[in-house]
Amino acid sequence: MWDQILQFLITGVTVGATYALVALGFAIIYNASDVVNFAQGEFVMIGAMTAIALSAGDGGLPLPLALIGAVLITIAVGILLQRFAIAPARGASVVTTIIITIGASIFLRGVALLVWGKDIFAMPHFSGEIPLHIGNATLLPQNLWVMGGAALLVMGVHYFFNHTIIGKAILACSCNRTAAHLVGINVGLMMLVAYGLSAFLGAMAGILVAPITFTSYDAGVMLGLKGFSAAILGGMGNPMGAVAGGLALGLIESLAAGLISSGYKDAIGFIILLLVLFIRPSGMFGKVSAERV
Amino acid sequence: MRRLAGFYILAAGVALLPVFFPDNYFITVVGVTAGIHVILAVSLNLLMGYAGQISLGHAAFFGIGAYTSAILSARYGWNPWLAMLTGLLLTGVIAYFIARPILRLKGHYLAMATLGFGIIINIVLVQNGQLTGGPDGLGDIPSLTIFGWEVDSDLHWYGVIGVAMLAVIWLSLNIIDSRSGRALRALHGSEVAAEMMGINTTTTKTGVFVLAALIASFAGSLFSHQQGFVSPGSFSFFFSIELVTMVVLGGMASTYGAVFGAIVLTFLPELLVVFEDYEVMIFGAILMLTMIFLPQGIFVGLRNLAYKLRKKNATPDSIAGKEQNRGTA
Repeated sequence: MWDQILQFLITGVTVGATYALVALGFAIIYNASDVVNFAQGEFVMIGAMTAIALSAGDGGLPLPLALIGAVLITIAVGILLQRFAIAPARGASVVTTIIITIGASIFLRGVALLVWGKDIFAMPHFSGEIPLHIGNATLLPQNLWVMGGAALLVMGVHYFFNHTIIGKAILACSCNRTAAHLVGINVGLMMLVAYGLSAFLGAMAGILVAPITFTSYDAGVMLGLKGFSAAILGGMGNPMGAVAGGLALGLIESLAAGLISSGYKDAIGFIILLLVLFIRPSGMFGKVSAERV
Repeated sequence: MRRLAGFYILAAGVALLPVFFPDNYFITVVGVTAGIHVILAVSLNLLMGYAGQISLGHAAFFGIGAYTSAILSARYGWNPWLAMLTGLLLTGVIAYFIARPILRLKGHYLAMATLGFGIIINIVLVQNGQLTGGPDGLGDIPSLTIFGWEVDSDLHWYGVIGVAMLAVIWLSLNIIDSRSGRALRALHGSEVAAEMMGINTTTTKTGVFVLAALIASFAGSLFSHQQGFVSPGSFSFFFSIELVTMVVLGGMASTYGAVFGAIVLTFLPELLVVFEDYEVMIFGAILMLTMIFLPQGIFVGLRNLAYKLRKKNATPDSIAGKEQNRGTA
């Protein structure tokens, strides 16, 4: 029984780490531009798919180079998204921006469908597939890659926002655009950096987890929604809350799948989300805010 | 008469089309689907366009209606009308109980909660195989019978759905111009101000949420008898998004806008079939471009332009003002 639960915890933390990265990307974009980016899941898909495409075949690049290439391409997509879809619609209502990003996600999925078709792709494990044993539970080296990679990225983002001048400039933009502009911050550039960073996190999540979960042109949809759920669980706009929300959601789902029913694991995740929203609409770690009239 | 002039033109069009094209695939087959989409978009527009409450889970109510009708009439041999009524009842109860907690939320949180609700309902449909047929769906749903007359051809269905659609449009137009319609629009502007004017915002929001859900459930029952087959894919998250797109594409807070959006988005995939592989991409691009360049929607945008051309000195603002005042006269 306990071995089983340990196994669920390992799976839960792995999945949760992926959700955490997607949720972190959500939170960064939301903070920087007040936009809920429904195309966040597409970054994950593009990262994984381009990595596989670049490394595949005889003329393919070696894995590390392919991964770097994939990350760069995804960052470019993120920047293009901000420049050509989000920036022109500045000042639009919540509903409008939601539809724009949904349109963008459908568009990107359409492009992926065109390029790669409907097949499911697998990526080689980074360092072999010989499982490690902890008690009776098993752990793939790739699980460690996901957990370790996510932990490093989260710490990196934390450092970036608290200790670098660019990170602080982005935070300033999210507090007050006009004031940030007045003290000489290039607001437009900071938006591009925020979207690029968010796309980078998505791509990393996709690349790290693709050897375990496989990927296809529509793999980003559910991941995007889960990331959004995690971001809301943690309190929208609170990056470290989003990470905690992601881990919590991954653990809940994994335990629910193992102990209750695998068919209902997604439903249980969303039921928890609804309960949290009903009881504490600002999320577990969000600040309670009053509406301005 | 003048207030509903647009409605009469629309009704005449719906009635005349099959007279000229009785066997046209686009009229009698795609047209029926378009009719069901119009009903759904108009109901969602009441909630989203007028009351300003976004819902990314409207397909769930459509699904509850469709599956109640399908299960009761195909599995248990109920009369389709009784099944439809039970579906409405079930939808009403569910909508009433989730309305209060859900509608306390705003913006992104409301979007996420409705989205989560839609996905939960969809998972329930997939997982309860012995009742719903699971992912493979449920077939052999009997057709409707109206006073002994069986609705059994495409043209008959065109008639039934056409009448239902016009009834829903008429209902929507009249609600908007009634006292509760003004309450809804006040709510959209500012909830606090609406409350100050003596509007019970909770009751109003719950009311419009339940009404929109009931209309969607009605559409679901029609859909299930018309198709004779239902599967969870028709009521997924993507369909909810498509419904939102219909409302927004036509133009929010305009019943005709919702009608326009529903018709365009039903026919668009049919036309894009020519581009096969590019279909998904083009669909996404159209969605994005419309929202970036015409955020008030294609129909409303064009209408404002037409007003402007007709009365050269009228500004879009004064037209918007006129719309707001419509119904108080």
